[in-house]
Amino acid sequence: MVVTQAATRPAALEMRGVTKRFPGVVANDHIDLDVRRGEIHALLGENGAGKTTLMNILYGLVTPDEGEILLGGKPVTIASPSDAISQGISMVHQHFMLVPVLTVAENILLGEEPMANPVFMDRKGAHTRIRELGRFFGSEIDPDLRVGSLSVGWQQRVEILKALYRNADILVLDEPTAVLTPQETKEIFTVLRRLTAEGTSIIFISHKLYEVLEIADRITVIRRGKVVGSRIPSETDEDDLAELMVGREVQLTADRGESHPGEPMLTVSGIQVKDDRGHEVVHGVDFEVRAGEVFGIAGVAGNGQDELVEALAGLRKPSGGTVQLSGRAITGATPRRMHNLGEGFVPADRHRFGLVLAFPLTDNSVLTSYYRPPFSRGLVRDDDAIRRHAEKVIADFDVRTPSPTVPASTLSGGNQQKVVVAREFDRDLKLLVLDQPTRGLDVGSIEFIHRQVIAKRDAGAAVLLISAELDEVLELSDRIGVMFRGRIVAVMDGRSATREEVGLLMATGGREGPPPIIAEGAA
Amino acid sequence: MDVVLHLPVIGLVLQFLGYLLSVMATNGQLIITLSTPIALGALCGFMNERSGVVNIGIEGMMLFAAFVGWYVAALVNGGAPTTNPGPLGLTFPLLVGVVAAIAAGVAVSALHAWLSITVRANQIISGTIINIEALAITGYLNLLISQNPIPSAGNFQSFHVPAQAASVPVLGWVMTTFLGHGPITLTMLVLVIVLQVLLYRSRWGLRSRAVGEHPRAAETLGIDVIRLRYRNVLLGGVLAGLAGAWFTLEYIGTFQGGMTNGRGFIALAALIFGRWTPIGAFGAALVFGIADTLGQAVQFNPPTGDLGALLSGVPEQVFSALPYLVTIIVLAGVVGRSIPPAADGQPYEREAKAT
Repeated sequence: MVVTQAATRPAALEMRGVTKRFPGVVANDHIDLDVRRGEIHALLGENGAGKTTLMNILYGLVTPDEGEILLGGKPVTIASPSDAISQGISMVHQHFMLVPVLTVAENILLGEEPMANPVFMDRKGAHTRIRELGRFFGSEIDPDLRVGSLSVGWQQRVEILKALYRNADILVLDEPTAVLTPQETKEIFTVLRRLTAEGTSIIFISHKLYEVLEIADRITVIRRGKVVGSRIPSETDEDDLAELMVGREVQLTADRGESHPGEPMLTVSGIQVKDDRGHEVVHGVDFEVRAGEVFGIAGVAGNGQDELVEALAGLRKPSGGTVQLSGRAITGATPRRMHNLGEGFVPADRHRFGLVLAFPLTDNSVLTSYYRPPFSRGLVRDDDAIRRHAEKVIADFDVRTPSPTVPASTLSGGNQQKVVVAREFDRDLKLLVLDQPTRGLDVGSIEFIHRQVIAKRDAGAAVLLISAELDEVLELSDRIGVMFRGRIVAVMDGRSATREEVGLLMATGGREGPPPIIAEGAA
Repeated sequence: MDVVLHLPVIGLVLQFLGYLLSVMATNGQLIITLSTPIALGALCGFMNERSGVVNIGIEGMMLFAAFVGWYVAALVNGGAPTTNPGPLGLTFPLLVGVVAAIAAGVAVSALHAWLSITVRANQIISGTIINIEALAITGYLNLLISQNPIPSAGNFQSFHVPAQAASVPVLGWVMTTFLGHGPITLTMLVLVIVLQVLLYRSRWGLRSRAVGEHPRAAETLGIDVIRLRYRNVLLGGVLAGLAGAWFTLEYIGTFQGGMTNGRGFIALAALIFGRWTPIGAFGAALVFGIADTLGQAVQFNPPTGDLGALLSGVPEQVFSALPYLVTIIVLAGVVGRSIPPAADGQPYEREAKAT
């Protein structure tokens, strides 16, 4: 019923023939999109399909090469975000656009400050307004809290409050649920429905099929910069949408098969780790990962996972506890020693840690082994041996590149990640540490990397998978540990765990009462 | 054994602290005077860095402004009929000189803004260029002028607190210390308070803080990052210009090559020590002013007793170096605990890239 009502409403926004070319790619190729008043219109597509570019055009952050934008039937020019805001368009960006050192109120008011007189701001009036908006939202918030101290879920709420404060007619949400637990996602969905009931139009960007099916009135699918189809949720399903999005039939979940765990490979006991500011953020964590199993660690970003991974990869010295790799103590060992003992490591940030972007693929493929034969003899490198090795891993791991000698920076994100994976996977491993191994990748690359992980597991490696993407943890893990405020609060069976169950533990750590507002370690 | 060794040391330390306090009490006015160029320089840095532009060229901006202000004042003085100076030694040539110094500070800042914001050059290099060029150009021009010297326009006079008011206990001391100054120092004191209030209460302050921390976020809310940075860097030039004018039009009354003598760099230290706030920077400038004053006091009015004997053995260069030594000590103790604006020194590029 809702659907038919929405279908007859007038268009709030039309984008016609919008085209944007970047050097080497057409990010948007004559895209048409119409959004009706009071509708939730989902924009579905893979990473890199052009969704964010399209929305940045709508918001005045990117200038289109061709095409026009109509609001309420009238053509408009949007040259800057202030144009967009004055036309009633608000956007919640994929990455937080919050200033951590400013307060909640300051972040919300910024750019739209209510003035008590020509010089000073009217802070009292603003605070009242923010509290009112919070109540509408279902959860009042103290406007004087520093945004940097809030939990990720509450930061996302502040982002939405920013849009509400500006009385948006059209609200764009770019991957708003990526960092949220399933429970937080439900709360946000309730607010979105309340907004559409008051006439707001919402553009909801996502690559999570089940979410789109749940929240959208209509779905437009974009692939490689083009609109490839539109659907109504009641007339489609996940398989249909996935095929439309990727352009071929895809296997949505990796067939992980049976696992045959053996001896404990990685044994972590009572490990304590401090962050850069010297605060302890991992408080005595115990777990073990056995040969031939995937142990996944789920948790909302910022609960100590980053520091734990760095300690296990030799990038950060633990302040207490021990780590053993197949019986040998490796607590505080250097990355090279860990590597030589059979540990592979795929870091979360391939640009900062995984690759030297300015180096060619040949050099990147031997970053962990360049100093020993066959790649080096004495002080001299053997460029032929390095090149042969690079050519082999490029072929084995299906890296799409014109040549092994181009700089890593010229490859797409998916191919870059394959280079990292190839380097780390291409030998016998006892332990594989994967930190967000598929972040920002396209479905094809994700499928490929997931298959490789399962193959490594079946070859007898112990796999530790850390990911803020709950779906990935659920899909690959034989056992799942949930990390909350620097502790593993629960370990469960990977096959029987449900998204809701794990999500609740991620949000509350298994305690009674509502999830905390203030993030841990925040002053 | 330890106790025997330590007792005389403790005695000396106590004597030194007593001497320090007496120097501070009797030289309050001088401390504030000597803090003025540091405080104004730090305020210039504050305007730049709070909105995300690193400025290590304050030294050069001050030096250039000091020269231009002095020379323009002297030129006007030579061409204009002499008039009786107004209050605080105000004369027409001196006022024109101050305006010229400010214009010079703004002009050099405009170069820094263009290189840092528009061209997106390395901001440290831009500042270094300004420092080197200012030293060289002013030194050269000064040499040319000195072959055919022109009389300088004199300098501003300090406000004279009436003897009746000055003799009131405590309040009299406060009044002479804070009000017994020339117009530039008095302006500095007002600016510290005004900027501190504006930083946290005004729209300009909020936007500047946001742009210095997360310019992309500010832009998504419709704020013109580039324009705000230009405006703040140019306003910073006004403050560097005032600092330069202080040297030649208020404190000394003539120009000497390299006369800023590192005050612009100490101002940067004061900015960091003061955690990028006007009040904090002023407090830090006072610490350097005290070090400067102490160095002078030891030479002209040395302490008596054991301490005096000890200090008289120390070469006087050590006391002249005191402000710089304090800079090193303060930075070593403070760096790491003082967190700069997150986007400080990062050029901003407007159009979002493809993702």
